[in-house]
Amino acid sequence: MSTEQEPEQRTIRCLVAKVGLDGHDRGAHVIARAFRDAGFEVIYSGLHKAPDEIVQAAVQEDVDVLGISILSGAHNTLVPKIVEGLKEYGAFEDTLIIVGGIIPEDDRPGLREAGVAEIFGPGASMQETIDFVRENARER
Amino acid sequence: MGEELIDDLLDGQHRALARVITKIENRSPGYRDLVRELHQHTGDAEVVGVTGSPGAGKSTLVDKMAAEYRERGLTVGVIAIDPSSPFTGGAVLGDRIRMASNVGDMDVFFRSMSARGQLGGVSTATTDAVKALDAFGKDRIIVETVGAGQNEIDIVRTADTVAVLVPPSSGDDVQMLKAGILEIGDVFVVNKADLDGADRTVSELKEMIMMRDASPAAGTGGYHGAGTDASGHHGPDEGGTAESEPDPTAEVTGPGSAGTPGSPTDQGGPVDTDEGEAWVPPVVQTVANTGEGVENFLGTLADHRSFLERSGQLEVKARKRYAEEIRRLLREDTRALLERELEAQGGIESFVEEVMGRESDPYTVADEVVQPLRDCLDDPDDE
Repeated sequence: MSTEQEPEQRTIRCLVAKVGLDGHDRGAHVIARAFRDAGFEVIYSGLHKAPDEIVQAAVQEDVDVLGISILSGAHNTLVPKIVEGLKEYGAFEDTLIIVGGIIPEDDRPGLREAGVAEIFGPGASMQETIDFVRENARER
Repeated sequence: MGEELIDDLLDGQHRALARVITKIENRSPGYRDLVRELHQHTGDAEVVGVTGSPGAGKSTLVDKMAAEYRERGLTVGVIAIDPSSPFTGGAVLGDRIRMASNVGDMDVFFRSMSARGQLGGVSTATTDAVKALDAFGKDRIIVETVGAGQNEIDIVRTADTVAVLVPPSSGDDVQMLKAGILEIGDVFVVNKADLDGADRTVSELKEMIMMRDASPAAGTGGYHGAGTDASGHHGPDEGGTAESEPDPTAEVTGPGSAGTPGSPTDQGGPVDTDEGEAWVPPVVQTVANTGEGVENFLGTLADHRSFLERSGQLEVKARKRYAEEIRRLLREDTRALLERELEAQGGIESFVEEVMGRESDPYTVADEVVQPLRDCLDDPDDE
C-alpha cells in the first residue's frame, strides 16, 4: 500500500443511477464494478428511482459524474427532469452527465441539448466509457 | 473562495455543504481553513454512532431513525462510512440504497464516504464532516460504519452515544463483540428481533455487559439475570437463563458489593453508585424493516443523552475527543514533515538499501531522520 497521499490525484466520485420503471440493472452493475476497478468511488442508487431521488443523491454525494442507466424508453421525460433538479441546486455545471442504455438515434440530439455529455449504447466498451469520464470530469 | 463556501454552508445551501465535505475528504488545498472556520459554529448537534457486523441491518435502521427524527421535526445528517475499499482505491458505496424512507427530503443529508486507504485518515475526515453537518445546523447526526476493527471504533467515537447492532442468534457475532466493540456500546440493539433467537441474543448481551461492568474499573452494577427486554416480542422462555427474583424494589439500588455485579436493573440505563450516577447499557430490540421498536430505541438514545448531560460526562467526552483530535492532527502533521525529511535525506529506498546491506539498521535510520526535528526542539536528553 502506498500510504502517502498525493493531493494531485483526485478521487472521481460517480453516481450510477437507475431511473424509472425498468427493472434491468445488469448493465448498471457491470458499469459500477468497472468504475470501481478503475479507481472511482461509485455510489449505486438502486432500482426504480424517481428523478428527485437521483438529484438528491447527486447533490448530497457531490459526485463528479452522474451515469444514468435507462432502458425503459422514458429518457425524454426523465433526463430533463434530472437536469432541471440539478440546476435548481446549482449542481448542473460541474456534474458530468452520461447516459447508458438504448437510446434511439433520433432522441440523442435532444438529450445532448438538455445537458447530457455523452450517450453510451449497447456497443460501447467499458474502457471507452472510463476514458471519457477521466477526460471530461470537470475541474473543481 | 473558501469564505464564500462557508457562508453558503451556514446559509443552508446543500450544495455548499456537499462541496465542503468533498474538500474535507480530498484534503484539498485550503480544507484546513474551512474546518477552522466551521469549528466556532459547532456544538449544537447530537451525534449518534451506529455500528455492528455486516448484515446486522445498520443502514435500514439508520433510515428508519432518520425518518422518525424527521417526524419529530428535526433535521438529520448521516455519514455512512465504508471502510472496505479494495486495492484499486475504488469502491462501491451501497448504503444509500437502503435510505428509502427519506426520498426527496433534503433535510436528511446522507453522505457516503470510503476509507481511501489512509491510515487514520478516515477518523479525521469523519470528525471534520461531522463538524460540517453540525455547523450547517443539523439537529441529529448519525455516523454509521461496520464494526470491524480499531479504525471503525475510532470512527464511532466521534459520537456522544454509540449504538451497537447485533443480529439475533448470532452466537459467533456476540463472541466477536468481545474483541473491543463491547466496550464502546452505550446502547445495544438486537435488530431483526422478529427472528428466532432474538431473546437468547438479548440475554447473552446482558450477560456480557454485566461481566464488563463488573470489572473493578467500571465500578457499576449490571444486570441481574437476564430478563426480557422492555419491548420484548417473545416470552422469556427460550433464553435458558432463569428469571430469578423479580423483585420490583430492586429497580435501582446502590452498588453491588465488589464482585457481585448483580445489583441494578433489568432494563439498563442510569444507575446510582457510590461515585455518582453511572450508565448500564440497555439492550433494546428493533425490527428495522418495519420500524418496530425504533421509537423506543430513540427514547433510549435520548435517555443516554440526558444522562451524559446530568452527569457531566458530555463535557468529559468532548474534552477527551478534542484532546484525541489534536493528538491525531499532530501525528499526521509530523508524519508529513518526516516524510519530507526522509525525501530530503535521500528517500526511503536508499535507507532500505543500507539496511539490507547491513551497513545500517532501522533504528539508526529512524534516529537519523528524526534528528533535525530533535535539534529544533533542543531536547536536553539528546546532548
